[in-house]
Amino acid sequence: MDADLSHWIPGLFNYWVAVTLFVLGLVIVIDSHNMIKKLIGLNLFQSAVFLLFITMGKVSGGHPPILDPSIEIYSNPLPHVLILTAIVVGVATTALGLALVVRIRRVYGTVDENKIQHNPDVEPEIIP
Amino acid sequence: MIDMINIGMDIGLLGVLLACALLILRSGSLLAIILLSAAYSLSICALFVILDAVDVAFTEAAVGAGISTVLMLAVIRRQDESLHAPRWPSAISVVTGLGLGLLLIVGTLDMSMYGNPLAPVHLHLAPRFIGQSGAETGIPNVVTSVLASYRGYDTLGEVVVIFAAGLSVLLLLPSANTETGEEHEDRQRRAWIADNPILKAALLRVIPLVLLFALYVQFHGDYGPGGGFQAGVIFGAGVITFGLLCGLGKLLAILSERWVSIGMAAGVLLYAGTGVAAMWRGGNFLDYSTLAETPTAGQHTGILLIELGVGITVAFTMISLFICFSRGRD
Repeated sequence: MDADLSHWIPGLFNYWVAVTLFVLGLVIVIDSHNMIKKLIGLNLFQSAVFLLFITMGKVSGGHPPILDPSIEIYSNPLPHVLILTAIVVGVATTALGLALVVRIRRVYGTVDENKIQHNPDVEPEIIP
Repeated sequence: MIDMINIGMDIGLLGVLLACALLILRSGSLLAIILLSAAYSLSICALFVILDAVDVAFTEAAVGAGISTVLMLAVIRRQDESLHAPRWPSAISVVTGLGLGLLLIVGTLDMSMYGNPLAPVHLHLAPRFIGQSGAETGIPNVVTSVLASYRGYDTLGEVVVIFAAGLSVLLLLPSANTETGEEHEDRQRRAWIADNPILKAALLRVIPLVLLFALYVQFHGDYGPGGGFQAGVIFGAGVITFGLLCGLGKLLAILSERWVSIGMAAGVLLYAGTGVAAMWRGGNFLDYSTLAETPTAGQHTGILLIELGVGITVAFTMISLFICFSRGRD
């Protein structure tokens, strides 16, 4: 059954989608001038890596790795552990980035990189 | 048959992910982008369930579709800038993207096919953990036992990272003590979505259930999907929902910032303290076997304690992030 199905889709399809998402995230980070959009691009970039790891952990016919006497095949729990913690760390670091964005907006009045760089009138001042 | 359905859903959800990513790339509205990224998170979370990563899906649902969306909305709430989205990607991003993409695709050609049980990743540590963790820790959820016991050092590090990020946000966005009392009052009273009585009535009744569910996820994480990270995020989401409905002022009246900060630190201390207690009783740092009469019971106790530490730090960090972002004065 599984052997037949592996002809159905290329066995590397998930990886290729992960690569595409990775590239799209990178393009968003490079192309957008808005810092909030850049951060969302970074999040896409990050989730592509998550997808890659979780796909590697899948075993055909496997079950979620919660032990039960009636189950013999489990998917690999190690990628799950790595990614589970990475997601929560990811939201904490994204929040740190957003806090920096808020501070930048207080000083420059904008979060657009081009406006910040091409506006010599704005004197950056430290606001506590 | 079930495999066929799984593969169909797998392909469909990957398509949704790609569509969301492309729309984010082309969209010119920050609000649309944030909501699209929430939809993206929800789809990838369904995909994680199909790929057997139930614990990961749990976390992604609460974090990606829930909390990070709220934080982003809090940032654009007062000042939404329209974007000049480029019609087409710039030359440099196309060259970088295509080059890197092609290299990575060539790299994947050497990888094992999807679901292959003989792939190198499945041959070394995983059989050891799946075969023996049940007997060694007395906990059926292998993800929990690996996270909390075998990789306890690593998880301690991650909890410290979350704590440090929460602390940095507190330092970057401190209490707004420069605004006049009246402005402050006004902001504190103003809730985000309080104008909608149906939403308010319905959600206020859901919040206690969400908090109860978080406790279930926390303490049942040994036996089913769940654990400290997921429970912490769900608990935080429940409290944040209250803040959204009733305004920051009411939230702070119940839970002052001081207590939130203490909570953030208490979780890390409980985690590290469990490690020190293990040393005190003659074992290594974070080696829980010495904590009870038998090694297995000790492992079980240790895992319960450190998961609680993780849950407390994560929950209070999420609440602290929400408070910091929603009281800004720009």
